[in-house]
Amino acid sequence: MNYFFVLTLTGVAAGMIYAALAMALVLVWRATRVVNFAQGAMAMTTTYIALAVIQLTGNYWFGFIAALAAGLVLGAVAERGIVRWVENGPPLNAVILTLGLLLILEAVVPMIWGAQIRSFPAPFSISAVQVGAAFIPVSPFNLFTVGVVLLVMVALLVLFRFTGLGLSMRAAAFAPEIARLLGVRVGRLLTFGWGLATMAGALAGLLVAPSLLLYPNNMDAILVYGFTAAVLGGLDSPIGALVGGLAMGLALSFIGGYLGPDLETAGALAILIAILMVRPQGLFVHAAERRV
Amino acid sequence: MQPRGACERGRASLSRVGAVRPALLRHSLLGVGLLLVGAAAVWAIDPYDPFLVYQLSSVCYFAIGAAGLTVLTGLNGQLSLGHGALMGVGAYTTAVLLKDHTDLNPALVMGAATAVTAVASIIVGAAAARLRGPYLAGATLGLAVGLPGVAVRFSNIFGGDAGTSIPALVPPDPLSSVTPEVWLTWICLVPTVITFVLLANLVRTRYGRDFRAIREDEVASALYGIRVARTQVLAFVLSGACAGLAGSLLGYTSNLAAPGSFPLTLSLLLLAAVVIGGLGTLPGAVWGALIVVFFPSWITSLNDTVHLPSAVRDQLPLALFGAVFVVAMLAFPHGIQGGLVRLWQLRASRRKAGTPEPEGGAT
Amino acid sequence: MLEVDGLSVSYGGVTALDGVSLRIPDDGITAVLGPNGAGKSTLIRAIAGLVRPRAGTVSYGGRLLNGMSPEAIVRIGISMVPEGGGIIREFTVDENLRLAHLWRRDRADLRKALDEVMALFPLLAARRHLPANSLSGGERQMLAVGRALMSRAQLLLLDEPSLGLAPKVISLIMRTIHELSARRGLSVLLVEQNARSALSIANEAVLLSSGRTVASRRAGELAHEEELWHAYLGY
Repeated sequence: MNYFFVLTLTGVAAGMIYAALAMALVLVWRATRVVNFAQGAMAMTTTYIALAVIQLTGNYWFGFIAALAAGLVLGAVAERGIVRWVENGPPLNAVILTLGLLLILEAVVPMIWGAQIRSFPAPFSISAVQVGAAFIPVSPFNLFTVGVVLLVMVALLVLFRFTGLGLSMRAAAFAPEIARLLGVRVGRLLTFGWGLATMAGALAGLLVAPSLLLYPNNMDAILVYGFTAAVLGGLDSPIGALVGGLAMGLALSFIGGYLGPDLETAGALAILIAILMVRPQGLFVHAAERRV
Repeated sequence: MQPRGACERGRASLSRVGAVRPALLRHSLLGVGLLLVGAAAVWAIDPYDPFLVYQLSSVCYFAIGAAGLTVLTGLNGQLSLGHGALMGVGAYTTAVLLKDHTDLNPALVMGAATAVTAVASIIVGAAAARLRGPYLAGATLGLAVGLPGVAVRFSNIFGGDAGTSIPALVPPDPLSSVTPEVWLTWICLVPTVITFVLLANLVRTRYGRDFRAIREDEVASALYGIRVARTQVLAFVLSGACAGLAGSLLGYTSNLAAPGSFPLTLSLLLLAAVVIGGLGTLPGAVWGALIVVFFPSWITSLNDTVHLPSAVRDQLPLALFGAVFVVAMLAFPHGIQGGLVRLWQLRASRRKAGTPEPEGGAT
Repeated sequence: MLEVDGLSVSYGGVTALDGVSLRIPDDGITAVLGPNGAGKSTLIRAIAGLVRPRAGTVSYGGRLLNGMSPEAIVRIGISMVPEGGGIIREFTVDENLRLAHLWRRDRADLRKALDEVMALFPLLAARRHLPANSLSGGERQMLAVGRALMSRAQLLLLDEPSLGLAPKVISLIMRTIHELSARRGLSVLLVEQNARSALSIANEAVLLSSGRTVASRRAGELAHEEELWHAYLGY
């Protein structure tokens, strides 16, 4: 019973991280109808940048902010400079292109910082919280993880539902030609969408690095989990990303806990195949087809 | 232009059959010829550069894997990022078979590895048949990242993280003067040639046309009577079988089947070979295999002339392959083979333009 | 003043517009008429920046519009209502209206503009927070016109606003356009297949056929030229 409880709590914390990466994939998909297979590698890159800043300044939060800022820039540059040219072509080209970005990032990062496995600091304690004499199997860092991802989700929700900028972004993604006729600068907003998405991905990278450690391929599995979570929730749905992430976190926690940690990724694969065969549009179907 | 009656039609269909048979014959003769030339070349090069010979065995299995993938992705339009994992299935089958029976005939072992992977591919292919584009890519990505973990989990069968060793191929007594790497490469050349001959012929048949038709327009193909799902699975099984065979050769070449030998990068390298060589062309698979194998070692050898820090040198091939993906999608969707084809067409048209008109020039 | 000079547009190998020239004054309604395939929609899309011309120029107030993006053209006071209205059905009436004003970045004026449009179109005010796909065809056209007003445009380009609408609704829309043009001093370029209703409110009329200008008259004069009607408009 206690083990189950521990697995649940661990699963929730991990699930929030997958939700953040899933959110990144969803944002990119909504904006440009591309699955960014390099999203994990981008998150890994921004985490390395964070580590460099932390080592330079001795302050975790400078690194945190640096990672988010780097994510904004990296995503914007990638969309504007490279991805834009394949956005309207056959989907196969966009997939191969983002895979190319993945290879480039996973090669260039060790060129700069080396391929050895590094540790990454957590801003709060990662040991269990003690209440009186009892230990709750949750650490302050877990709480921070859940809190910050929820905060980001809420902020994005507010942005999209209640601000003019969010309205413009939705229009740019949903009905770009009409939006242009209304004066919306569609191109710039799509670029900004990628920037926001990569910021969310950067957050995932920061939150997973303390336990997963930092090395050039560390986000490969997380990408698979995040993609599965995004598909589970519906590639068009930000809320779906959150729900899908939590579901993945819990499922993988139980699979790893009861069947063995090496089967986690295989388990994720099984879940992905199952969803794609049974309900490929995901749990939360966004109202309508996208307009060209 | 329709045949005017049963007689004509009969003759027409006979000539179609007649058209295929010469092609098969031609390909087989070409294959045997290439095999003999290749074997002789390998034997000749060996005293001067045994490592090159060893690398040629790598080219063989990459070529087989790339050939399968180019049929699946280039012809049929299904992008798979999991073929590295399928190579792992082939390699592990080889390892498990040889664990207790070290002197099994390599042909049998390779055949078994191919068959086992083909069966696995039926399952994967059936699951994948309904997926398109990024969904298929994501699912096969999961395969690539997840399957090695299975080998670790069942370490009593598969040897865990360290993997299972595969005994080296030893030439039989009458050929004991042949060095191990030459023997290895000879053994690798045979299935390579066979695979290419078979695929080259398959591509010309109805199946090849169906593959292409589905990639071009799935709805139209279905309306035309092509059984889309079945054909998709067939393409997957074919390419999976190639991957299994390639994995078996990989196992014989590296004497090992371990989870670390089949990372996501391997799948991406296969894809790189296909993209660089030219999506959908069999000669392109050869080009791609050559580049994927020789480019990294060329970079390493550059170290003698241009001193690069080791970190840069080690990662440069992957970075450049990634750059090739990006550039290829932006500028050259047809790869080397496509570029060569276009050059050929350009030369042909220029030659035609330069030829003077035989008569007064009435068009 | 919108000046179109020698405008030619091709799609693939097909010439949709062949050297069309016209002038749209700063107020009043100019109808562009012609049979199907005459190039009317192409003309309006080229002015709005959605289509790049092969030759010729478009200028507004002396400023060359060639090569400008649609979103830039909106910013100089030209607003296009595409065929069917171009309403984003998943958004609410309110969101559709707001979207058109956002580029101005003027929150006070946004509120003012919204109030104006709501006053002008009470039926929109009643459905303000409902999704736009709950509106009828005619109401969607009203919304489209309201949206064009939100952007504070001086020149409205309307692409077949009567398409698919019942006669009563058509006359309502035409009357609305006429009133807006008169009351606010707006200039309107009205592309229509329904020549009669267009001519009933237009000042000037241009007749296109096969990508070329066939006639350019005052609307009243064109209404009386029977041969032209029969030849090009089919009735």
